[in-house]
Amino acid sequence: MMETAGKLFSPKSLMVLILIIAAFTIPFFVTSRFLLHIMILCCIWAMAATSMNLIMGYTGQVNLAHGAFFGIGAYSAGLLILKLGIPFWPALLLACAITVVLGFLIGLLALRTKGSYFAIGTMCFNVIVTVIIDSWEGLTEGARGLLGIPRPPPIPLPFGKEITFTSVAANYYLILVSLLLTILVIYRIVHSMMGRSFMAVRGNEELAESLGMNAMKAKLLSFLISTFFAAWAGVLYATYIGFLSPEISDYHVTFELLTFCLIGGLGTMVGPLIGAFILTIISELLHGIAVPRMVAYGFVLIIIMIFLRGGLMGGARLLWLRFGGKGGR
Amino acid sequence: MSLFIQQVLNGVMLGSVYSLVALGLTLEYGILHIPNFAHGALYMVGAYLAFLLATYLGFNFWLAMILSMIALGLIGVLVERLVFRPLMLESPLSSFIAAIGLIFIFVDGALNIFGPDFKRFPPTHIQVFHVLGITITFQRIIIVVVTIALIVLLHLFIKKTTMGATIEATAQDREGAQLVGINVKRVRMIVFALGTALAAAAAALISPIHLVHPGMGGPVILKAFVIIILGGMGSIPGAIIGGFIMGLVESLSGGYISTAYNEVFAFAVLVTVLAVRPTGLFGAK
Repeated sequence: MMETAGKLFSPKSLMVLILIIAAFTIPFFVTSRFLLHIMILCCIWAMAATSMNLIMGYTGQVNLAHGAFFGIGAYSAGLLILKLGIPFWPALLLACAITVVLGFLIGLLALRTKGSYFAIGTMCFNVIVTVIIDSWEGLTEGARGLLGIPRPPPIPLPFGKEITFTSVAANYYLILVSLLLTILVIYRIVHSMMGRSFMAVRGNEELAESLGMNAMKAKLLSFLISTFFAAWAGVLYATYIGFLSPEISDYHVTFELLTFCLIGGLGTMVGPLIGAFILTIISELLHGIAVPRMVAYGFVLIIIMIFLRGGLMGGARLLWLRFGGKGGR
Repeated sequence: MSLFIQQVLNGVMLGSVYSLVALGLTLEYGILHIPNFAHGALYMVGAYLAFLLATYLGFNFWLAMILSMIALGLIGVLVERLVFRPLMLESPLSSFIAAIGLIFIFVDGALNIFGPDFKRFPPTHIQVFHVLGITITFQRIIIVVVTIALIVLLHLFIKKTTMGATIEATAQDREGAQLVGINVKRVRMIVFALGTALAAAAAALISPIHLVHPGMGGPVILKAFVIIILGGMGSIPGAIIGGFIMGLVESLSGGYISTAYNEVFAFAVLVTVLAVRPTGLFGAK
């Protein structure tokens, strides 16, 4: 895998290139605003799921507070823009910084615990965050929600031109570029020494420490990086949708992201993307059928879990091994 | 003073229900390593079963409770066989997602069958006692007494019967248990039946006080997970004591500070405990 990743014209990098080009040209032939809207949601969820994959898939820490960080990022941006009148771009950075600082405090406390204790401990943080957002009406408007968060302002270009974010397509590009950046950064991290240390912690924390690694530092670093991108995705969500309610930080969001990762394939770069895209689209398609939607969705989850071990990526790998073993090299 | 005692009594009542749900969950999660998030949804199904038996078939409270325990135990066995057994050798996260799938099926199913409105249990045991300025209803006394009885029964079952011994052996070492000829699949079935039956008991006990609705399992399952982590994974005394701590914290903070931040206080207790003891109160080091 490492050898093929380096070559410029390997089938893998060619496929990635084609996918990127396809993603950039979508607004030219998809004119339906609704379809583009779904694509944008897919991209936001894919971004959040990819960042969750770093701490969960590559570092092996089941962080069930990810939805809270998504929500904190979204709310920080919304409040900074609406209440303090800070422009979008500084607000984006500030919101990410606020979330990372909170993540640092939470991570320092929670990462002392392991396994199920960490999972449930972080889930508690998630619930606490949602309750605080819901109840602190003076700051967050509580259950009424934050209304009217503006879209990003235009970026001025030389020669008097500017990039505006009024159309759906422009927002799509902003979010797509953010998603690609997230994937690139996390891909680079995973394939660096830092990523190796994360995976060593995932494999066996005691062993990694006995080799002289600082497992706590590795876990905290991975936690903070994933928090940063979760917050970024949250900010994009806030400014794209324009409305926030406490549910956006709810633990159900965390579960949804977890589902994306697991259905797609945890610990693979492509898995969370596939999971986010396919499940978001399935849940939209299920609107049309007669069976109650969530019941059908529940069955889909269970069936994929039982029959596709290792998620869709695991299933795809099995097919690849059986039918196309010699391809790709 | 009477407010304090009143709140403590309420806390003990709530704690009883939490203990029962957490006991079932600690059997499933602590012993079988199935993070059964659908335990709360099954609790809700248990409440509806008891409600239907008591209203449409006119059974009395006790019969409705026992029948709903048996029925939910069978549903638990079915769920284990169809959903969790194929995932036995996978990472617990796979079971977690499957459990989330089950929540969708049960909760949305109940929403479609019974509608979103709150159902009221036919009034039973409505006698009220006034002692030293404290008001206590008969149903609350029943909740505490039945909970204690069920805990004693469970303890006797695990400590005194062969079947209980196989459960304990499996909890300590699954492969070891298999090596000495224990049928682990049967143990899983029994444990799941017990766990869900306890959930049904808790649901039947509380539903005459709280109302029955499709979303009733959500907050309870969160607290049950917190309780078993608070007490230490797989620890039965941990689940019981954790349940009562949770109930008391919830009712005292609700009575003296504010009910809006109810969950914050309850979960902050866990965070504090984990900061001091990362494996819970009774967990192994």
